[in-house]
Amino acid sequence: MCLGVPGQVTQVDGLTADVDFWGVEKEVRLDTVDEPVEPGDYILNHVGFAIRRIPESEIDETLTLYESMMGGGPDDMLREDLIDEVEAAGSTPSASGAPPGDEGAEPADAEDAEDLLEELDIDV
Amino acid sequence: MSDREPVPGGPTGGVAGPSDGENVLEFRDPEKADALAQRAEELVADIDADEVSIMHVCGSHEQSIAKFGLRSMLPDGLDLRMGPGCPVCVTDMPEVDEAVALANAGLTITTYGDMLHVPGTAASLSDARAAGADVRVVYSAAEAVDIAEGTDDDVVFFATGFETTAAPTAAIVRDDPPENFWVLSAHKYVPPAMEVVAAMPETDVDGFLAAGNAATITGWGLFEELVDETDTPITVGGFEPLDILAGLVVLLRDIRDGEVTVRNAYPRCVTERGNEPAQNQLWDVFTTESGEWRGIAHIPDANLVLQDEYAHVNAREQFEIDTASLAASDSSLVDDCICGDIMAGRADPTDCDMFGEECTPEDPVGACMVSSEGTCKIWHEYGGRPDL
Repeated sequence: MCLGVPGQVTQVDGLTADVDFWGVEKEVRLDTVDEPVEPGDYILNHVGFAIRRIPESEIDETLTLYESMMGGGPDDMLREDLIDEVEAAGSTPSASGAPPGDEGAEPADAEDAEDLLEELDIDV
Repeated sequence: MSDREPVPGGPTGGVAGPSDGENVLEFRDPEKADALAQRAEELVADIDADEVSIMHVCGSHEQSIAKFGLRSMLPDGLDLRMGPGCPVCVTDMPEVDEAVALANAGLTITTYGDMLHVPGTAASLSDARAAGADVRVVYSAAEAVDIAEGTDDDVVFFATGFETTAAPTAAIVRDDPPENFWVLSAHKYVPPAMEVVAAMPETDVDGFLAAGNAATITGWGLFEELVDETDTPITVGGFEPLDILAGLVVLLRDIRDGEVTVRNAYPRCVTERGNEPAQNQLWDVFTTESGEWRGIAHIPDANLVLQDEYAHVNAREQFEIDTASLAASDSSLVDDCICGDIMAGRADPTDCDMFGEECTPEDPVGACMVSSEGTCKIWHEYGGRPDL
C-alpha cells in the first residue's frame, strides 16, 4: 500500500523541496502539488511527489492520525507501510492511501464525518 | 447490534500524536462504529432486496475492512465486495513480460517495489534479476531519472499504478528527462474499469464505494458521468473505519431512496474538482487506449499510454520488445488462478483451491497475493469474511 504521508517542508529549490518526515529528511518533487508551498508548510507526499498542500486547519489531525499508525503493533501492516513510505524503501505504486488531508483551495463541499453522523440522526 | 464486538484494533494503543490523539480515536470510536453499523442494518432492512451488494474499488479499503474486522459488524443482507482496486494486481501479464524482455535484453529496469514479484507469463522481474538482469526498485519516478542521469546505459521506468502515480510520471516526462531515460507505461485509469465491472451481470453491484485517494487527484465531480452511465450510485469514502462505515451508510441511504447520484463522504480530503494542476499534467502526457486488466476484462479507454508528442521517451516506440521467448513452460497454476474473478467481485480468495496452499505471499501464483493491496494477501494476513 502506498499511503500519502504528510511532512513539513524545510527548504524549497524550484520544483524540489526538502521535507521532514518525523525526523527523516527526504527530497520531494513539487510538480504535482495543487498550491505553491514554502518552508514551514505541510504537504502530502505520494511516491516522492507532493499531491496536496495541507491546510493549517488540518495539520494537527493529519499528523496525529499518522503518528498513531506508526505506533501500532509489530504486525500492523499500516505501520509497516508507513515506515516504508517514510524511509523510501521501495514503495508500492498505487492510487491508494489518501490520508485525511486537505480541502485544498476549495471550501469543504460536503459534510465532514461529524456532520454526516448528525445528518443521519445517529446519536453518538 | 450493540452486542457485537466493537471495532477490533481500534482505538489504537499507539504512540500519541503531537496533540493527544483524540482526532484519531474519533475515527475509530467503537460506539460510533456500532451506531453506524446499526444504521446500516436498518437501511438494508428497508431496501426491498434479498441482498444489497456494494463494491469498493481500493486495496486500502479492503485492508482497513479486513484489519478492523468491519465485515463482522455489517448486516447479513449486505455484501461488501472487492473490486479492481489494486494497481499491481491489474497490471496485465504481457505488460510484465515486456518489462522482463527489456531487462533480459540488457536494459536497466526501474520500478516500484511490489512489481518485482508479480508473475509474468514465465518470469517476474525478480526472476530476471536473479538471472543477472539489472532491475532496480525505486521509490519515485524522479529516482528513476536520477539513475538515468548517472549512467550512459538505457534506463526504463516500468510505470504502474492508477491516477495518483500516473500524475508523477507525467511530471517527469514533461521535465526534459535525459536521452537514455524511457517510460514503459502500464498506468491505468480507474473509472472505465468501474463502468465495465458494474455492467457485468454476475457482478450485480448496487453501489460503489469509490477510492478517496484517486479522487484526491481527480475530484469527486468526475464520478457524476459514471453514475449516469452505470445507473449506480457512488460514494467517495476514506480509509479509517468510521470513514468506511459512514460511506457505506450514505451509499445505502441512496440505494434505499433510489437516488442515483455521487456523494462525497471524505470531504476532509476530496473536493469536487480535485488537484487540477496534476490532472492537467496527466492528460497532457497520457491518453487512454483500450486494453486488458489482468483477469478482469478488456476495458475500453482505461490504459494510459504516452501521447505521440512524447514518443521520444516511449520505450515501446524505441525498442523492439520481444516477448515471444517468454512462453511459460508450465502455466497450470496460473490457469487455475482466480484473481480476475476476485477483482471483479465474483469470488472470494477462499474460493480458490490454491489460497494459502500453493499460493502464499512467499510464493505467489497470482498478483493478488503479491501486493499489500491485493485481496488475497490481505485475507492471508487478516482473514476476510468471518464466519459468525
